Amino acid sequence: MNKAVIILIPLVILGVLIIGAFGIYNGLVSAQEEAKTAWAQVENQYQRRADLIPNLVETVKGFAAQEKTVLEEVTRLRSQWGEARQSGDIGKSFQAAQGLDSALSRLMLVVERYPELKSNQNFMKLQDQLEGTENRVSVERRRYNEAVLSYNRKIRTFPGALLAGIFGFERLPLFEAEAGAKKAPQVKF
Amino acid sequence: MSKRKIVLLFVLIAFILPIPAEALEVPPRPEGRVTDRTGTLNRQEIAALENKLEAFERETTNQIAVLIIPSLEEDSLEDFSIRLAEKWKIGQRGKNNGIILLIVKQERKLRIEVGYGLEGALPDALAGSIIRDEIAPRFKEGQFYGGIDAGLKAIMAATKGEYRPTKRNPQRSQGLPLWVPLLIMLVFGFFMVMSARGRKRYYHSGGSGGWTTGGGYWGGGGGSFGDSGGGFSGGGGDFGGGGASGDW
Repeated sequence: MNKAVIILIPLVILGVLIIGAFGIYNGLVSAQEEAKTAWAQVENQYQRRADLIPNLVETVKGFAAQEKTVLEEVTRLRSQWGEARQSGDIGKSFQAAQGLDSALSRLMLVVERYPELKSNQNFMKLQDQLEGTENRVSVERRRYNEAVLSYNRKIRTFPGALLAGIFGFERLPLFEAEAGAKKAPQVKF
Repeated sequence: MSKRKIVLLFVLIAFILPIPAEALEVPPRPEGRVTDRTGTLNRQEIAALENKLEAFERETTNQIAVLIIPSLEEDSLEDFSIRLAEKWKIGQRGKNNGIILLIVKQERKLRIEVGYGLEGALPDALAGSIIRDEIAPRFKEGQFYGGIDAGLKAIMAATKGEYRPTKRNPQRSQGLPLWVPLLIMLVFGFFMVMSARGRKRYYHSGGSGGWTTGGGYWGGGGGSFGDSGGGFSGGGGDFGGGGASGDW
C-alpha cells in the first residue's frame, strides 16, 4: 500500500472522531446553559418575592405592630438572601431563600390572629402576589431540577463523560424544597 | 407451586408494577374551549361560553380555556394546574397569551392559571380579586354558570389588548470556544498537505466541511395561528405558575 494512504487513514478516523466530539461538546454546553438559564428564572422569582416584602412588612405593621420579632426576622433574612445572591453561589443563595421561606410562613401564621388585617384589601392583594410568587418559584425550581437532571446525566454517561472530564464540566446541584416549605402559606378568607 | 411461592410471586409483581402515581392525570387537550367533566353545565351554557371565548380570541388572539373536574384526588391544585397548562399549551406560541380557569367541584377550589404573556395584564392580585369578588360568591349560591361567565368577563376585560413579549429567551447562544474552528482548519490543512505530498488527489481540496454552527433548537418557530373554522387550535403558550387560587 502506498505510504500516503497508511498515514491518511488514521488521520481520517481522527478527523471523524473530532467532528463527532464537537457535537457532544455542543450538547454539553447547551445542556449546561439550559440549567443555568433555569436557575436564573428561579432567582428572578425569588427576587420578585423579595420585592414584595417591604410592602408586606409595612402593611402587617399597621395592624400588628406588636409582632416585631417575626417582622424583623423577615426583613433580616430578606437582606441576607440578597447578599447570598450577590455572592453568586447557587447553594448559598438557595439556602438563604429557604430561610426566608420559613420566616414568611411564620409571619403568615401570626397574621391568622388578626382578622382585621386579613380582611384588609391591600393585604389580600399582597397575599395573592406572595402566593403567586411562591407558586412560580416552585414551578421554576422544578424546571431547574429537570434541566439539571438531564445535564448531570449527560456528563456522567458514556460519550459525554469523556469530554466532561477533559473540559471540566461539573455536576450542578439539585434543589428540593423542604417539606412544608413547598406550599405557599395559604390563608383562608 | 406452593403457597409461599405464590405469595412471593405476588410480592415480586407488586414491586415490578409501576407504583400508582400520586399525581392526578391530566386529560388530553380537548376540542372545545370549555370542558366540563362533571355535568355541571348544560349544553347551551357550554355553547354560550365557547362562543364568547372564540369571539374574544378572534379579536385579541388571547386563548382562554375552562376545565371543570370532579376532584383532585389528593393532588395539589397548583401542581395539577401547571401540569395541565404545560400539556395543553393554551395561548399562541411566542405570545404565551393563554389563560386556564380550573374548577374542582368536590374540593370547592379553583384557580386562574395565567400564561407568561398575560402576567402583566392579569397580575396575581387581580386574578385573586376576580376569584373572590366575581366567581366565588356566585359559586357559593350554586350559580356555576353565572360565576364562570362573570369570571371570564372580568378576565377578558383585564387582558384585552395587552400582551407582553416573552420573558424567557428560547434562543440560546451556543458558545463555541475559539479553538474549535482553529482545530478544524488544522485538520483540513493536514489533509491537504498530506494529499499534496502523496502527489495524488484523493478528494477535491475544498475545505468547507459540512459543519455549521447549530442555531438554537426551537428557532423562532413560526407560531401556528389557528383560528380555522371555529376549531380550537394554536397552542404553544408557556406558563410559569402565574395566577391565583381560591375556594368557595
